Amino acid sequence: MKGRVLVVDDDTALSEMLGIVLRGEGFEPSFCADGDKALAAFREAKPDLVLLDLMLPGRDGIDVCRQIRAESGVPIVMLTAKSDTVDVVVGLESGADDYVIKPFKPKELVARVRARLRRAEEPTPEQLTIGDLVIDVAGHSVKRDGQPIALTPLEFDLLVALARKPWQVFTREVLLEQVWGYRHAADTRLVNVHVQRLRSKVERDPERPEIVVTVRGVGYKAGPG
Amino acid sequence: MRAPYERERLESRLADPMRGLTPVIRSCVRWARRPLQPATRLWRRNLQLRVVAFTLLMSVGVVLLLGFVVIGQVKNGLLDAKEKAATNQATGGFSIAQEMANEGTQSQDGTGANPPQGPIDSGTWLTDLVQQFASGGKGVYWIVALTPAHRDEPTFGEATSNAHGPRSSGSVLPDRSIPASLMHAVETHTGALKQYTTVYTDDGAKPKPALAVGKRLTDINGGTYQLYYLFPFDQEEKTLGLVKGTLATAGIFVVVLLGAIAWLVTRQVVTPVRMAAGIAERLAAGRLQERMQVSGEDDIARLGESFNKMAQNLQVKIQQLEDLSRMQRRFVSDVSHELRTPLTTVRMAADVIHDARDGFDPVTARSAELLQNQLDRFESLLSDLLEISRFDAGAAELAAEPIDLRDVVRQVVDAAEPLADRKGSRVVVRGDTQPVIAEADPRRVERILRNLVVNAIEHGEGRDVVVRMATADGAVAVAVRDYGVGLKPGEATRVFNRFWRADPARARTTGGTGLGLSIAVEDARLHGGWLQAWGEPGGGSQFRMTLPRTAGDGLRGSPIPLEPEDSRRNRAVKSSRPPAVGPGRGPSGAAAAANVPVPRAGAGDPGSPEGSIGGRSAVRGPRIPPVPNASPRVPTADPAALPGSGARVVGHKEAVREDDV
Repeated sequence: MKGRVLVVDDDTALSEMLGIVLRGEGFEPSFCADGDKALAAFREAKPDLVLLDLMLPGRDGIDVCRQIRAESGVPIVMLTAKSDTVDVVVGLESGADDYVIKPFKPKELVARVRARLRRAEEPTPEQLTIGDLVIDVAGHSVKRDGQPIALTPLEFDLLVALARKPWQVFTREVLLEQVWGYRHAADTRLVNVHVQRLRSKVERDPERPEIVVTVRGVGYKAGPG
Repeated sequence: MRAPYERERLESRLADPMRGLTPVIRSCVRWARRPLQPATRLWRRNLQLRVVAFTLLMSVGVVLLLGFVVIGQVKNGLLDAKEKAATNQATGGFSIAQEMANEGTQSQDGTGANPPQGPIDSGTWLTDLVQQFASGGKGVYWIVALTPAHRDEPTFGEATSNAHGPRSSGSVLPDRSIPASLMHAVETHTGALKQYTTVYTDDGAKPKPALAVGKRLTDINGGTYQLYYLFPFDQEEKTLGLVKGTLATAGIFVVVLLGAIAWLVTRQVVTPVRMAAGIAERLAAGRLQERMQVSGEDDIARLGESFNKMAQNLQVKIQQLEDLSRMQRRFVSDVSHELRTPLTTVRMAADVIHDARDGFDPVTARSAELLQNQLDRFESLLSDLLEISRFDAGAAELAAEPIDLRDVVRQVVDAAEPLADRKGSRVVVRGDTQPVIAEADPRRVERILRNLVVNAIEHGEGRDVVVRMATADGAVAVAVRDYGVGLKPGEATRVFNRFWRADPARARTTGGTGLGLSIAVEDARLHGGWLQAWGEPGGGSQFRMTLPRTAGDGLRGSPIPLEPEDSRRNRAVKSSRPPAVGPGRGPSGAAAAANVPVPRAGAGDPGSPEGSIGGRSAVRGPRIPPVPNASPRVPTADPAALPGSGARVVGHKEAVREDDV
């Protein structure tokens, strides 16, 4: 299993501890303590996953997240001390795939890291259609009328999960479990934010979604295709 | 036979109208008062109106008084002058008349020139005299001459042609115009006498007030007659009328002007006062930057200045307090956040150590366990602190959605199962036959209920815990009843205080943070709901959460009474009543009630404190059905009556009673 993890955190003790835990779980951690240098460190280390503290000296975590997201779809997991809705949503909207609230248990963090990394390892040759979109699961691409649409891996997973069972309405909890790999997660903000992000990319008119349809009071389902 | 009946009817007729009339009158008064209400309200509220009205009223009084005095003075003066003039005129006339009479007598006596005129002449002479006198005073006075003969026969007809009749000028009716008292006085006195009288004429003109001056004179033949001057007050009345008109005009002007002046003056005072009132209201509404406009250096300006100074100080003080409170909240929030990063490191380190404890010696291994456990506690304390600081900062948001409280209760009860097993309690859920739907934040409701259930199990002394649900009247309620140590008087409100502990010496097995109920209250409040506690020492306690069915609606009551039906007081009331009260109650319930010793558990027992956060006036409102679960399980229709409804519960009952003893 590939396991290069870039830890962007200014707290050296926490970074070191994270390193100990990650190494113990078989990952290869690299570190960066400064927001300004984060992008350079990212390019150099080419990690499979980024652990990003939101409060950083220099450039803050949100900016770093946007920069990385601008050039890569690599999974980003935020570490945040603020569990307020606004902070979390801002972080997710800037491109993070998941977040962990401090203080977290090592096992919890590792579980999330693994969940984000696992996805890349099971390519099954499969062709799906949802609305007027064609999804090549193995090739990891989404096309509309032959034009490719760039999605992050998480958004891709979300779309695939919906497209595989177009007859089924997915509750947020089910999506959390299937896409994020949570067992008892109660936080459905993740789903909401990522559905919005996905819609902004794949819908012709994000105000009137046709691909990812909201079923009021229940959850989401794939649009008629 | 009929009489008593008649009397009865009469009495009833007499009595009835009185009885029937009072409300009629009252409603009439009310009806009459209603349209006046805006006016009275304006009167009460408008200082300016009142001042102007008072000014008008008082100036009218003053002007009227002045008018009366002035008019009286003028009248007196005019009358005095008239009297003097009249007396002079009349005296002159009398002496001329007497001279003429004397001359006539002399010429008659001395010369004897006209003997045939003799005594007959006296009538003609008098007529001539009257005509002569009257011609000199046309419009100024009238002349009346009365002879004794006339006085002897006052009803005698055609007077003027008669030699003995009264003579008068200007068609004056002498009989009615000369008062009898004056006639009599003139007859008996020798001097000139005067009296006010009313002159009647036969030409249809109105009777006029006049001054009569009369004197007894002797005529040409030596006979006496009375001669009267009648002076009408025409001129004086005209003058007086003019004065009155002038005074009235002036008075009206003065009153109107005074009213206007009062209006202007009060406006000068009232306007700044009104402005101050308006600004004070706006200040009270929180617009602290409002100030009065100050111009000049008078009292009003001083008022404005000190008002502004007060507002300034208030603003500064409030600002300071706000800053302080913001800083404090910020501090709590920052501390909680700042603590999190090192805590994460410590937590991870502890986990690593904990995972490796198998290789340690027993002491170090136990230490690693303790470290782990206490870190959990520390963590929950920190997150509770953060939650509280979020409430304090007003940053808590309600994510309300329609939820079935039964699901939440089920989750909570399932999660609390291990703890209940450890404590040897059972958690019994009642009232879950129908859906209990409400618009609520599931995370917060779950947190509230988890708190209540865990607390109930912790303090339940191993006895059962009953969770009841009910919905009615736009509200849903969940009550958690335990039969543990209960609450002492006054504790029912204090349990919600931060870091409050019933008994500091008591061991805490689950290591609660002491903030759980404080957060729960805030959660309930955020829903617009209540969280209330009831308890009695040794009799357990009940915590009740009431939420509006629609988020944001107000609560009028709760579907579940705060004091459970099996409280000592209620049981005492029930057992003091005959058993017929509860026909539907099963035999076990009745037995349980009857078994309770009545005297100790009297209704006056002070040990039934009730605390409330939302206000408990509506708690026992009759509109709210006590328990809506009219399920067919007849004997245990009311779950609170028999907790657990099983053998163990009976044991608990006895245990409770032992506590009582």
